[in-house]
Amino acid sequence: MATGESIIRHDAVAKVTGRAEYTQDLYKSRMLVAKYLRSTIAHGRVTDIDVSAARSLPGVAAVFTFKDVPRQPFATAGHPMSLDSSHRDVADRRLLTGDIRFMGDEIAVVVAEDELIAGNALKQIRVTCTPFPVLIHPVDILDPNARQIHEGSANRVGEHGWRFGADIESAMDHADHVVEDSFETAMVQHCHLENHVVFAYMDDLDRIVIVTSTQIPHIVRRIVGEALDFPLSRIKVIKPYIGGGFGNKQDVIFEPMAAFLTLHLNGRPVAIHMTREEEMIGTRVRHPFHIRVKTGVMKDGTLAARDVDAIAVTGAYASHGHSVAAAGGGKIGCLYPHTPTRYHAQTLYANLPAAGAMRAYGSPQIMYALECATEDAARAITMDSVEFRLKNIVRQGDIDPLSQKTIHTCGLAECLIRGRDMIGWQSKKKKYAAYKTGPVRRGLGVACFSYASGTYPVCVEIASVRLSLNQDGTVHIMAGATEIGQGSDTVIAQMAAHTLGISHEHVRVIQAQDTDVTPFDTGAYASRQAYVSSNAVFRASVRLKEHILNHAARMTGMHSDLLDIEADHIVASDTRTPVLDLKTLALDTCYHKTRGGQLTAEISHKTTTSAPVFGCTFADIEVDIPLCKITLRQIVNVHDSGIILNPVQARGQVHGGVAMGIGATLSEEFLIDSGTGRVFNGNLLDYKFPTFMDTPPVDADFIETREPSSGYGNKALGEPPVISPPPAIRNALLDATGVPVNRLPITPEVLFKAFTTHGLIRPGRTGHV
Amino acid sequence: MFDIQSYMKAGSVDEAVALLAAHPNARLVAGGTDVLIRLRHGSRDFTRLVDIHGLAELRFISLDPLQNIRIGSGTVFTDLAQSDLILRHLPVLADAAGSVGGPQIRNMATIGGNICNGAPSADSAPALFALNALLELKSNRGFRQVPVADFYLGPSVVDLKPGEVLVSIIIPREAYQGYAGHYYKYAMRKAMDIATIGCAVSLKTSGNRLADYRIAYGVAGPTPLRCPSAEKTAVNQMISDTLVSKIAAAVEDDVSPRTSWRATREFRLHIISELARKVTRTALDRVRKE
Amino acid sequence: MSGLQLKEIELYVNGTPCKRVVDVRKTLLELLREDLGLTGTKYGCGAGECGACSVLVDDVLVDACIYLAVWAHGKKIRTIEGEAKKGRLSPVQQAYVTEGAIQCGFCTPGFVMATTAFVQQHAGQTVTDDTIRKAHAGNLCRCTGYQHILRAVKKSMQFPDE
Repeated sequence: MATGESIIRHDAVAKVTGRAEYTQDLYKSRMLVAKYLRSTIAHGRVTDIDVSAARSLPGVAAVFTFKDVPRQPFATAGHPMSLDSSHRDVADRRLLTGDIRFMGDEIAVVVAEDELIAGNALKQIRVTCTPFPVLIHPVDILDPNARQIHEGSANRVGEHGWRFGADIESAMDHADHVVEDSFETAMVQHCHLENHVVFAYMDDLDRIVIVTSTQIPHIVRRIVGEALDFPLSRIKVIKPYIGGGFGNKQDVIFEPMAAFLTLHLNGRPVAIHMTREEEMIGTRVRHPFHIRVKTGVMKDGTLAARDVDAIAVTGAYASHGHSVAAAGGGKIGCLYPHTPTRYHAQTLYANLPAAGAMRAYGSPQIMYALECATEDAARAITMDSVEFRLKNIVRQGDIDPLSQKTIHTCGLAECLIRGRDMIGWQSKKKKYAAYKTGPVRRGLGVACFSYASGTYPVCVEIASVRLSLNQDGTVHIMAGATEIGQGSDTVIAQMAAHTLGISHEHVRVIQAQDTDVTPFDTGAYASRQAYVSSNAVFRASVRLKEHILNHAARMTGMHSDLLDIEADHIVASDTRTPVLDLKTLALDTCYHKTRGGQLTAEISHKTTTSAPVFGCTFADIEVDIPLCKITLRQIVNVHDSGIILNPVQARGQVHGGVAMGIGATLSEEFLIDSGTGRVFNGNLLDYKFPTFMDTPPVDADFIETREPSSGYGNKALGEPPVISPPPAIRNALLDATGVPVNRLPITPEVLFKAFTTHGLIRPGRTGHV
Repeated sequence: MFDIQSYMKAGSVDEAVALLAAHPNARLVAGGTDVLIRLRHGSRDFTRLVDIHGLAELRFISLDPLQNIRIGSGTVFTDLAQSDLILRHLPVLADAAGSVGGPQIRNMATIGGNICNGAPSADSAPALFALNALLELKSNRGFRQVPVADFYLGPSVVDLKPGEVLVSIIIPREAYQGYAGHYYKYAMRKAMDIATIGCAVSLKTSGNRLADYRIAYGVAGPTPLRCPSAEKTAVNQMISDTLVSKIAAAVEDDVSPRTSWRATREFRLHIISELARKVTRTALDRVRKE
Repeated sequence: MSGLQLKEIELYVNGTPCKRVVDVRKTLLELLREDLGLTGTKYGCGAGECGACSVLVDDVLVDACIYLAVWAHGKKIRTIEGEAKKGRLSPVQQAYVTEGAIQCGFCTPGFVMATTAFVQQHAGQTVTDDTIRKAHAGNLCRCTGYQHILRAVKKSMQFPDE
């Protein structure tokens, strides 16, 4: 039983010794560094650029401007390609631009011997711009007279809507109560500890090698080919160890430039390292959303109807475009399938850093608004928050009203009941009744979510693995699944070991990926890797096992049906007694002069399901009203992610996601000057992601269901933990103080304003109630 | 790499003074946590450095024969936060030192640098203001002493004259003996942050009265500042909740916070007032514990 | 004075004496990674904000990205590469592995050094969770939510450094 055990990550020792090599740890001799000249205004057009002084500086190898790069635009989103050209990503990027669309846009690039020289050369470039009014707020962006940030776009990247269930308007009319409010979420950033870093060189006259910190090596290969009009098979992408991505590296941002530069510098290695400050504004962020939710509710606790209208802001470039708003809304049906719902969303350009994929892809925004609104509906009929949800949520066997697929596994009700017990809901509800007045108050909150295990049917879901039996009887796996820190290599090894009957120590996934040899997979995103890989791993393992047993039969003269593998030995299937050890067999496969051959099994599998996953957060908070501070006393997350393959690693995922959710709730946001589009706090000191001291104890637990569409019963887990902490904490704040705060993050200053508005703080000569 | 144009290592304070005299454009670097960040951000003011990093001569915490506490300007915050002498006599400074950045920063950053960079958010400044600290500066013209409150001239401007080295910080005996104190840093995170408001209180009681009361703030104006009207309200008054509320109201007359992208003036004013309450109460609790 | 300035320094790195001529503009992080090939110490922010470059200088935890290389003269530097000896992990490293405190691993070397310093300073003491949190607050981690790291630090305290 290798699955279900908390085995130690296969890369743990490499990482804890500092021997794991990340992109920044690799070096090519004669490597040049490239640095971007970034715009100092957020919207405008370059009318003149003079790079002659920069070019003549000693140590500068080259300077390229937007005039020197290919004209054809390309799309950067790390999606699988759609064969339907109408579903392709928006191609609105060039390697460099003279049309400035956010403060920090890339106008030119200097390639030099070192970063200091490059930096000094950048200072020598003279740029003249015509500025345009900065468009940040939806009302300005959608003004018919507003300048089009991308010509012909009307400042819209996409728009769509859907509805399911009975007639919403009439259900609203007949509802006992209708609650309606608007919610806002902030622009936040991934803040993986490893910045984007890439270097490229040519190992032949016509082949480009790209070493990069990416979640999607095979997609990088395709998009670089598209951007440079260069044959894909002559591009090789190497993915070393990755220091986190959270979606930010599911985008092809700098690889095309690195490839372009080496191509134009006679194959010399060129590196692009983001500084942290560049990383913050010049890669990707999470889309801020403006969401209006109207909820109809009956006195008996039935959610009668829901109407959701969302505006997502993608910033300067489409990147993942409207997909994020579409995906975020698409999860509503799986959570409340019995409630007639209408959803409408549009995605707008703005003169802001470009938003792309980030952990849970639109769901944190939509589920925040939805679960705040659900809480408000429960309170409108004074029903217990947990009971209200239990009455309305999805149950196993329900049909997802959007995909029309049956939900085969759903443990959400059990998650709610487990979480309610873990937080001590009933007893604290009574106890905290005494904490509803005075300066320090306490409250409880809950919120649910649903999510998916991959992107099907929107995108293809393909996973590939190649297993081979080594000479010593161990197994190596080449997997298309991309390990970026989430632990996919370890659980894939566990899966294969489980099916093969080989101990997990003897099964290893090759860590580094190289698109020349790594089997095809579209990469790490959508919490998909363990789920979509499961069937490929299962089938490949079954096949390799067959090969092994067939060879054992030839060696022993026994029929292969009578043989099995257990604890690294061929055993008799009835008595379980060993008949042959795997090492002997493996040597025979390789070195016997006539029989056998290296035993391998390779499967590429397309998954045509996407099992919904569920979970909830319970929050117990204390609010210091005069100090405008929320203290998280306890946070509980309970998940239905199917069978848990590695409990310790799974809990680690939950802890990390919850911490990211806490940051988004209480402190994380880009502070932006609405006049200029400048991000004030683009660094890790001023962008407040939680430190060790800001992160409370987090309890993680699982309701294990066995998902039949998965090879090992597992479903998605990577992204979901981030989704429900924000609404749970907001609902706890409402419980504690009676004050609804409908925007994220709920910073002390936001609390100050809310408490002042609601009379809990008297402004001026201060005092409090 | 930093764009350092010239680097001169000083082996002693006298050498530093001589190097500064010989190179008027050069600036001192000690812990590096501020100067190197400025260089990283392209500052041209610090490209010529006289290095006093790790000078043992500047790293001390001692009691002089007159019972004044002397702190070398090169003393790092970890030393201050862990020093028995500071913990016993200057808890307000120990609190402040322990609230700076994170462990690495506290291991590197010096109290002298914290004062000389002139930041209104310097955590050590309100504590030193509340302790009536004196700064001892040395140049090739000799020593001079200046009260810390007079050292701050304006936003990020301090009275560090060309060629001067801040050598030590002196807390006079009469400024701390018999006093209890507390510093509270109000920030967006519990570590690795810049104070939204920093508040230090140093007080002495006599029976049920406040015999002396000093309150100082960081980020409540262009420089760290004391609150004369609040102090006047407090001194010689009976200790009570009403008095604490009066102090909390009075500080608003002494401060002039501004709106920045970090926080609005209104919010800062509110926190300033609340901290007067909170920090005073904690300082009073400390008196009771002694 | 201007232009390239070099300075000879002598230091101990993970117990081995070494002599280098360094550019005065370099950080200790650059000295370690570029001149000495010790790439286990990571660059995360370059500004002392994240702790990924944490190393011990004379047993004191510092951010190598804002520490000049010339300051290492005469000092004993400990980096992640020196912690595993004779093929065995240090007790701190072992605790991180056992407790599942590692995900992407990029913050891990810095954290291990922070814990190593912490264990040395607090050997034999009973420490609270909050003391551990405060002593590791200069190291940011975006993957783990710090929960398993807390367990790893506690476990490290049970096995004082040899």
